[in-house]
Amino acid sequence: MKSLAWGAAVVSLLALIALAFSIGSFAVAPADVLAILWSSIAGGAHAAPPNAEAVVLSIRGPRILAALLVGAALAGAGSAYQSVFRNPLVAPDILGVSSGAALGALLGIWFSLDPWSVHLLAFAGGLGAVALVYALAAAYRQHDPLLLLVLAGVVLGSLFGALIALIKVLADPFNQLPGMTYWLLGSLAAVTPEESLAILPAIGIGLGVLWLLRWRINVLSMGDEEARSLGVDTRRVRLAAIVAATLATAAAVSISGVIGWVGLVVPHLARMITGPDNSRLLPAACLLGAAFMLAVDTLARGWGQTELPLGVLTALIGTPLFLWLLATSRRGWQ
Amino acid sequence: MTLSCDALAYGYGRHTVGSGVSLAVAPGEVACLLGPNGGGKTTLFKTLLGLLPAQGGSIRLGNDNLTDLSRAEVARRVAYVPQAAGGYFPFQVREVVLMGRAAYLGAFAGPTPRDRQHAENALARLGIAHLADAQFTRISGGERQLVLLARALAQAAPIIVLDEPGANLDFGNQVRVLAVIRRLAVEGVGILWATHAPDHALACADRVALVARGGVKNYGATAEVVNADALSDLYGVAIEIRNLAGGDRRVCVAA
Repeated sequence: MKSLAWGAAVVSLLALIALAFSIGSFAVAPADVLAILWSSIAGGAHAAPPNAEAVVLSIRGPRILAALLVGAALAGAGSAYQSVFRNPLVAPDILGVSSGAALGALLGIWFSLDPWSVHLLAFAGGLGAVALVYALAAAYRQHDPLLLLVLAGVVLGSLFGALIALIKVLADPFNQLPGMTYWLLGSLAAVTPEESLAILPAIGIGLGVLWLLRWRINVLSMGDEEARSLGVDTRRVRLAAIVAATLATAAAVSISGVIGWVGLVVPHLARMITGPDNSRLLPAACLLGAAFMLAVDTLARGWGQTELPLGVLTALIGTPLFLWLLATSRRGWQ
Repeated sequence: MTLSCDALAYGYGRHTVGSGVSLAVAPGEVACLLGPNGGGKTTLFKTLLGLLPAQGGSIRLGNDNLTDLSRAEVARRVAYVPQAAGGYFPFQVREVVLMGRAAYLGAFAGPTPRDRQHAENALARLGIAHLADAQFTRISGGERQLVLLARALAQAAPIIVLDEPGANLDFGNQVRVLAVIRRLAVEGVGILWATHAPDHALACADRVALVARGGVKNYGATAEVVNADALSDLYGVAIEIRNLAGGDRRVCVAA
């Protein structure tokens, strides 16, 4: 992609953000949105109504920030995972980060903990699950390391799935189960300003490390033996990439709940546009993921009376988009 | 710098493919491995490159034991041209060749303009500069093999190990690759090379090792090792070696 195309992508994302600020059950004129945002950054007064300021700064602002961060994290991590595992069907959940986070969150809800503890348990559950998968795969060293990681991820993922089902059976069907179901389908409806800021460091560090490793990950994606013969310590690079991608994903999932599809298909879409080089693919996946997540979340809250779960909407909107791109694109997978 | 192994045993896991192998490839020398399919040539190569752990014996790169060197240090001394696979992602040919520079770059670094120049030079040396913008996954198997050879040139290692580089090449490209190998040897690069064509060994190898299950059967100067009896025994079919009329060039034919 040329710099013009990058510029156009960034401008479209900014336009989408402005649109997301003004759309909703309480409409705010785009000019008022800009005035409110400007006065909050630069200080000074604005002429917009005071309740518009509350909507923009305390309700929509955090939610928009969270949608951008979660989308960028899931798609960026997904593109790194797909390169490391050399497989287009790999998503960030392949090593169990989502199911581990879900198990942590559901445990928190089951024990009626406060929201922050639930987020922390989800975050820890996601990281812990991947650590467990990695340790399990490392215990059998004479086999193909990628195959073992995927196998361990699938096996532990199904174990976590069973435990999640068990907790849902045991949970109070009136006070706890709705929250659990809600969490498993993904939502940003209840995001607070503090929460959306809290995930920023982990996502920033995770995506930052992936960006620094972008060229090494390219070499790694040629295959383990080839990368080693080219002088790459594949075990260390792979571990670093997995830790970074997992950190970003776990942070995202810990406030949004489980959102499938974005981490699987958005990197694939991005690769169709940019090709497989991570120095273009990674930023493109992050931009596309952020824009897609924001569009879906805006639709989710602007739809009507009931909020649709994000996990459902991402697939409903994303699938036709993906099929269309598949038909019109030349690049990507062979 | 010399690549050498002594009493080397190699194989996968607990399964031993060959043992007692002692070889040496000195700068400017072309050593050729001949042997039947499944004879363990690739396994031997991967062990010599440190991609598989040796089951016994030692491997030395210059004055150092292979096991004492980091992956980057090994890659700066030995470049590997594997049998061309399809590739997983549609990288541009230029980017694939550029990956030959990985051993010279830090973990967080990307290629510099100098590295890019190395890559362009390597493509030009093999006469495939026109492929630079093509997708690695879309070119033919023979072209892919040449690209991997270019990547090894970009790696600028004093020793190059080639695993059947001629297998996918048309006749013209085989001749070109042989010419490149000869030229590299003249420039002082040590070449270790597996091939299915005894003629290639007769044409440009200084030394030949006959490899079959169990290890290296014979290793020495080409004229001593490559004869009709040894080849017939190695491949299990009757083979003759003839001199081309009007010269001392020897070729191998089925009897």
